[in-house]
Amino acid sequence: MTDLPADLPGELEARADASAGRSTPWRTGLRRFRRHTVAVVSVGYLLLVVAAAVFAPTLSGYDPNAVDLEHVREAPSAAHWLGTDPTGRDVFSRLLHAARVSLGVGLAAAGLAVVFGTLLGGLAGLLGRWVDSVVMRLADVFLSFPTVVVTVVVAGILGPSVPTMIIAIGLFQWPVCGRIVRGVTLSLREQEYLLAARAAGAGSFWLMTRHIVPAALPPISVAATLAVAQAIGLESTLSFLGLGVQPPTPSWGNMLTDAQSLTVIAGQPWLWLAPGIAVALTVLAVNFIGDGLRDAVDPRQS
Amino acid sequence: MTVHEPEPLLRIEGLHVEFPTEDGVVHAVDGVSMEVNPGEIVAVVGESGSGKSVTAMSVLRLLREPPARVRADALTFRGQDLRAMPPRRLRAVRGGPVGMIFQDPMTALNPVMTIGDQIAEAVLLHQERRDRRAAQARAVELLELVGVPDPGQRARQYPHEFSGGMRQRAMIAMAIANDPDLIIADEPTTALDVTIQAQVLDLIQKAQAETGAATVLITHDLGVVAELADRVVVMYAGRVMETAGVEDLFVRPRHPYTVGLLASLPRMDTDTDALDPIPGNPPNMSNPPPGCPFHPRCPLARERCRAERPALLDLGGGRRSACHFPEEVGP
Repeated sequence: MTDLPADLPGELEARADASAGRSTPWRTGLRRFRRHTVAVVSVGYLLLVVAAAVFAPTLSGYDPNAVDLEHVREAPSAAHWLGTDPTGRDVFSRLLHAARVSLGVGLAAAGLAVVFGTLLGGLAGLLGRWVDSVVMRLADVFLSFPTVVVTVVVAGILGPSVPTMIIAIGLFQWPVCGRIVRGVTLSLREQEYLLAARAAGAGSFWLMTRHIVPAALPPISVAATLAVAQAIGLESTLSFLGLGVQPPTPSWGNMLTDAQSLTVIAGQPWLWLAPGIAVALTVLAVNFIGDGLRDAVDPRQS
Repeated sequence: MTVHEPEPLLRIEGLHVEFPTEDGVVHAVDGVSMEVNPGEIVAVVGESGSGKSVTAMSVLRLLREPPARVRADALTFRGQDLRAMPPRRLRAVRGGPVGMIFQDPMTALNPVMTIGDQIAEAVLLHQERRDRRAAQARAVELLELVGVPDPGQRARQYPHEFSGGMRQRAMIAMAIANDPDLIIADEPTTALDVTIQAQVLDLIQKAQAETGAATVLITHDLGVVAELADRVVVMYAGRVMETAGVEDLFVRPRHPYTVGLLASLPRMDTDTDALDPIPGNPPNMSNPPPGCPFHPRCPLARERCRAERPALLDLGGGRRSACHFPEEVGP
């Protein structure tokens, strides 16, 4: 059998691609993402925060929990770059260590939400019928609760701790991801290539892991990023209210707790300005990255 | 069937498939029986909506049930009942001893998976120990077998980098990946360019010869039938109208519908300007006519045809016809 003339252009293109670096879906996405300047800057910022969190002990030079009663409520100086808090702890050191907790909680909660959402959404879409109804009504229920109020109640019942908070946040974030995965599954379910895969002997689990999740990955990654931003924000809120990360462990949220008095707000801005800016910038950066990802994976939406 | 007759590779008896719709229940397949013997090529012909593809899909139980309702008096492959088969065993049959080729290679390949990965998938699914490297190597080998040039390079490409003919070759590679005993090809050339059709048919014939697999070739193209098939099953309105050896069918059809089909073909040896189509339209399957489904369009129709549904009668010599008056039928 001879080669078909109709194939020649494809062949040529393929060779051109091979010389210019192959154009895989990932490469195309990366190229689009790089065009999104704000998102690229945000990635840079976030890498900085992550580095700060990872190397916090070496960078800060102070134990974040070391009480120094001789230097309380000191303004920023060469010794204490961001001053000290009412018990003389170094604010800069606490800020860096807080990044660990805040980012960790954000990522863990979002991860939990994505795993839950993918699993439940995929099952709902693939199995349909009553499974679909039950899962989606459950999602509606979770989405219709005011998240903060319920997490406050949950934290109140189970007692405030980091795992409780992660579970509580994850529980309220999964429906977003679940709906996306269900939607992708439903639209793919009718595709002939899924039928072809079934005709080749694939079962539901195989279809899920090899065909549906990879196809859903782009929208999931966007949802996951936005979930991280939300989770970081929620963590701060809960910790600020005293229901999240418990002192003395620092988190951006519980550092802001110090700013509950007017004298602090007016007289000691270094106590709340830095963690406040850190939360705001981080949430903003993660959201920008989410936007960039959205443009990269789904150019139709921009 | 006597005891001495060998068990056919595939046996379908009294297959019914129904789809409930808003306009009532559609009887897509209405009592189809056919068998396929080892190594033979059986063509299933009929116009759109005659139930050919649905029949093929229900063999591998690929229809979503519900909404589809499938029942059969017998549905066996190598003597094993496909209806009672647990899902695990059924998955082993799909893509293993039974390979399937789909109509449209544009939609039957995952656009975001490389061709090599997709063929390797078909291999992996039927391996005890899942060895990715071996599966990839086998994929390249299969691509070469189906005549894709530069298979090593091509295996790393995506479906959009393949032409229609090349994609159908990849589909065929998937279908024969595990050395099947039966290949079901659902209109494998319909979506292709005429010039490519011949090549793909050649390839199917070659694959059939090489694997010795029996082939069910679903088509509406009588030219394809004449070229490839050993035996033909003619379907209309979800029923089998006639089955015969390919030569018998073309030379002396025993059902008026077959006569109509043959007459509507353009011919090289007669000098006519117009084709001779079958008058009327295929019936609405949610409300088929009583009696013989073909009677509203049949030149031989009479009272009995309107009242009584003809059975698929054995006429001897491997021929069967679902006509009350098969001896009156002539080309």
